[in-house]
Order: sequence, then C-alpha cells, then structure tokens
Amino acid sequence: MNWISNYVRPKINSIFSRRETPDNLWSKCDSCGTMLFHRELKDAQNVCPNCDHHMHISPRERFKHLFDGGLFTEVEVPKPIVDPLHFRDQKKYPDRVKIAQKSTGEEDAMLVATGEIQRTPFVLAGQNFKFMGGSMGMFVGNAIVAAANEAIARKCPLVIFTAAGGARMQEGILSLMQMPRTTVAVDMVKEAGLPFIVVLTHPTTGGVTASFAMLGDVHLAEPNALIGFAGARVIEQTIRESLPEGFQRAEYLLDHGMIDRVVARKDIREELVTICRMLMRQSPAIKGDLAACEDDATAETTATGTDSDKGADGDSGKDKKG
Amino acid sequence: MANYLEFEKPLAEIEGKAEELRALARQNSEMDVEKEAEALDQKAADLLAELYRTLTPWRKCQVARHPDRPHCKDYIKALFQEFTPLSGDRNFADDHAVMGGLARFNDRPIVVIGHEKGHDTKSRIERNFGMARPEGYRKAIRLMDLADRFGLPIVTLVDTTGAYPGRGAEERGQSEAIARSTEKCLNVKVPLVSIIIGEGGSGGAVAFAGANRLAMLEHAVYSVISPEGCASILWKDAGKMREAAEALKLTAQDLEKLGVADQIIPEPVGGAQRDPDATIANVGAALEEMLTALDKKTPKELLQERRQKFLDIGTKGLAA
Repeated sequence: MNWISNYVRPKINSIFSRRETPDNLWSKCDSCGTMLFHRELKDAQNVCPNCDHHMHISPRERFKHLFDGGLFTEVEVPKPIVDPLHFRDQKKYPDRVKIAQKSTGEEDAMLVATGEIQRTPFVLAGQNFKFMGGSMGMFVGNAIVAAANEAIARKCPLVIFTAAGGARMQEGILSLMQMPRTTVAVDMVKEAGLPFIVVLTHPTTGGVTASFAMLGDVHLAEPNALIGFAGARVIEQTIRESLPEGFQRAEYLLDHGMIDRVVARKDIREELVTICRMLMRQSPAIKGDLAACEDDATAETTATGTDSDKGADGDSGKDKKG
Repeated sequence: MANYLEFEKPLAEIEGKAEELRALARQNSEMDVEKEAEALDQKAADLLAELYRTLTPWRKCQVARHPDRPHCKDYIKALFQEFTPLSGDRNFADDHAVMGGLARFNDRPIVVIGHEKGHDTKSRIERNFGMARPEGYRKAIRLMDLADRFGLPIVTLVDTTGAYPGRGAEERGQSEAIARSTEKCLNVKVPLVSIIIGEGGSGGAVAFAGANRLAMLEHAVYSVISPEGCASILWKDAGKMREAAEALKLTAQDLEKLGVADQIIPEPVGGAQRDPDATIANVGAALEEMLTALDKKTPKELLQERRQKFLDIGTKGLAA
C-alpha cells in the first residue's frame, strides 16, 4: 500500500476540504482495534492486515473479489409471497424487511451469481448477515433452488457462502420448511454429478447449519468463524458449565471432523478452482493471467477476454461489475 | 385427572367440588348428593368442551407438552405388533431419546422411528426429555437405510422440544446429523409417513418429518422456534410467549392452511391426555389410511412426489 496516497493525501485533503470528507474513511478492526483505512480494508476483503481478523463482507463485495475481473451475472430469484403469516412482533415484519433493504441495498439475505473464476464457470450464492442476520426464509430458499437450477443448467459447481443466525422466525413454519427444501435443491446438484461446496463464514448457526450448510461435498470455513447448531449461551444454561475456548469456532470444528479445511479469505478463490477442477476432472487452471478486480478500469478490460466459455451469456439477469 | 393445566383451573375447581360432594356422601349414607354432583359433572363437561374448542395457540402448546399425553412408546405398544427395537448409531452410542425398530402394523412390516420423552422422572432423564443428540439422528438414518433396502414403509412419530443443545452434541456434529437425517427422509424410495403427536420442535422435528404425508394431532404444534425463545428474541421478553405463539402460526389448524400438514387427526374432548386409548385408535386409523394411499406408488413416484411437495411449499394454501 502506498503510504502517501493512502494516508498522507487523504489527511491533507481533509484539512483543506473538511466538509467534503466522509467520516467513514477509517474503521476500527473489531478484534485488535487497529485503525484501518477504508480502501486498504476493501482491498484486503475486509480482513484486518494487522491481526488477520476476518470481518463481515457482503456477498456483492465478496463476488467482486472472487470472479474474474469482478464481473458476474446476477441470477434472478423468484419473489416469494411477502409476509405470509402477517407476522407482527414489536415491529411489522414487512417494516423490518424494508429497513434491511434500505440499509443493505439488497432485496433479501442472499445473492446468487454466475461467472468465471480463473476461467472456470461457477454459480455462487452468498448469504448476507447484515440482512436480518442472514436469516433463511422463503427468499433464501428460493435463492438456493434458483442457484441449484442454474448450476445444473450450466453444468458447473455450486458454492454457497453461509452466514446466518438461523431460520427467519417471522416466516414461522415456512422458514423451517426451507431446511428440507434447500436439502432437495442441493441434492439435485449432487445427483447431476456436480460439486457442491460450502464455505462457512462467521457466523453460521441454527437451521442453516442443520441443512444445506452441512451437506457439502467439501466444507471450507473462514478462520475463527462461529459455526454451530445451538447458541453458546443456550448450551451453557443447559449444561450449567462454561464452554472451552474456541468452542464452535472453525478450527474447533476442523479438530472435531466437521469441516475439511480452514481457508483464509484471500485464498478461497484458488481453493475453489483447484478443488472443483479436480472434482470435475478438468485440467489444472492456468494461473496468473486473470486476477480478481483491482480497480474498475482494469476490471473491464480483463473481463472482455473471459466470455469465450460456453453458456456464459444469454442470461436474463443484469451484468454487475466491480 | 392428576395434572391440570393452568388454564384448566376453573375446571379443576368444579371437578374437585363434585368429588368432595361424593366423598361426603360416602361417609354419610343419608345424604343424597348425586343430583347435585351430576349437575357439577355436566357443568365441568361443558366447560371442558368449551375450553378445548377455543384453545389459543399458547394453550395448545401447553396441551401439546402435557406430561400425560400418550408418547411414542405408548403408540408403538398399542398399534404395532412384534415390535423389535433396534439400537445404536454404529459410531458412538445409542440415544434413548429416539426409539425405533422393526414392527408390524396391521400385518404390514414397517420401520418405526420416534422421539420418546419419558413418563416419569427416571425415564425422562433416561430419555433426555425427548431431546435427541447426534447419535439419535444417526440411528434414525441407519433405520431409514434399512427400510429403504428392504422396501419397508417408514413411520415416524415426532414429539420433541428440539434437538439437545449440549457441548458433546455440538462436538459430534448435531447440525450435520440433523441435516443428514432430513436428507435421508427426502431420499428414501419407500413410503414415509410422519405424525406429530405432541411437540414438533424446530430442526429436531424436521429431521424426521420430510415425509410423503404429514399428519398432526388436533392439539399438536410444529414450529421453527418455541414461543418462549421467539418472545425472548423478538420481544426481548420471554414472558410474551402468548403473543409469540399467536404470531408463529404453529397450530395444526394453521399448518394445514399453510400446506405444511396434510391432515389433522382428531383428539378426544379435553385433549389426548384425557383419553389416550381413543387418541391412539384415531392415530392408528389415520396411519392405515395414509399407508394404504401410498401403497400403489412406485419408488420413483414416492421420491419425486415427496421432493416436489417440499419444493412447492410456500406457493399454495397461503390464505391464512
């Protein structure tokens, strides 16, 4: 990172034009407290350069880093019926959804996209923890079914990045029914002979863990991600003893045989390609010619070269680029 | 009736009075109280009918959890012949919260699997109050595989607060076990029929309920979270469980409207706990009906119809 451009220049700018400077240029690492410049943090995919703490990243941001040139096509998710139960707690459920839509700029808690990673076609689905805790309701169920169908149609691997507190209570039993429903969806992918890879990110708990998230051909997890069925507080209240350090963390699950690998965010791209190309009995990927997006200008030029593979276009969805 | 629920207190008073009167009459043979006692009986019967006709969702939860309701073990004993329990997950342990095995139902060999809560302190502890650990779900997977291999229909009896939230359960992969059990339900090529006989608690219930046909007892509940849990998260007050129960739409009647439950099995007036035999008989009749309806289906049809049923959930019957 260029110290002058990243640190000194903004500082000088801020002195001269204080009004124009947004105050969110710096953020603090949740774990070590280091002040981090926003661009530096963005380039590092929201991983603290100081302590390697993996912070929240939205699916859209993640996909920009994963797909070649940051280019991907969003897969349209069929809209479910809104608020089937007319659920109301302290707020009306549709109001909660609207607030989440406004703050995230997304329709619901999952984004599905197709594109290429190192010229290997993939369907990626990512859960957005910032959208009502990533909770799985009918939209997320529809998204996974759509992602599965897309992977089958394109004959490419399906990768789901999980992040959720569990099922969306406001949809009651219909959210619970997404457990079997998503199970059917991922089994269709497996039966089509295609890899289904799960990348567990912080946090993944409850009904999401107890369905599609634990049914992958390969389970990867980001470092220190919290992964479990029941919450630690509930367990402590039940068994009336405190839990060991690192309980329900990715490394703990690795030790207990529940996941295959703990992989740093920056390495996930390579891992996915390596694993899926082997599972699909394809030749090794040619490395080094295509990077994830760095900045917008290069992203566009790199991306034009990637459309050669079959079935990459002609989709109804709109192109998104980084 | 030894165990009255909170909302049954007025009923308990009337029944208590009738009982007192009769006890008095027994001591003093000159007293004729029968007429008065009968009037009280009638009053109690009317009140009982009224209470159970108008059960709120939260009261239904209480009825569904009633300790005197017939449990899995009672159904197996009364409805099946030659029940041969099979044990263990072949990996770690045998989970007593889940019972299962081979049995005959009206001569038809089947595999039965269910949650067992226990009926007294000792058996409740032994059964872990019907809260299964990963071993329970893995035992169920084994039994479903067995049924699939030999073409036997599977009957599951669901009655659990939820999967057990414990350290060991987490370490041995509670979520993976539930996910695999759900997956197994959805992939067997034999008829799979589920009956929610009491509480259908979240993932712990789903693991057994990926069925061709799902029936619920009239006062059973099936929910993504307990009303208490939901209240403490969304209302920040566990005391708001009445409101949460209402909002969650967890009763058999609501679930039938939502297209999740295929049918409702009637309970005797005053709930299953007041007449277990009649309840069990109703369940037996419904079971026979459901299995017969699935008899003629090919393995492929059973599998595809079951999957389609779950893919379609949320697209119909949302009038509620």
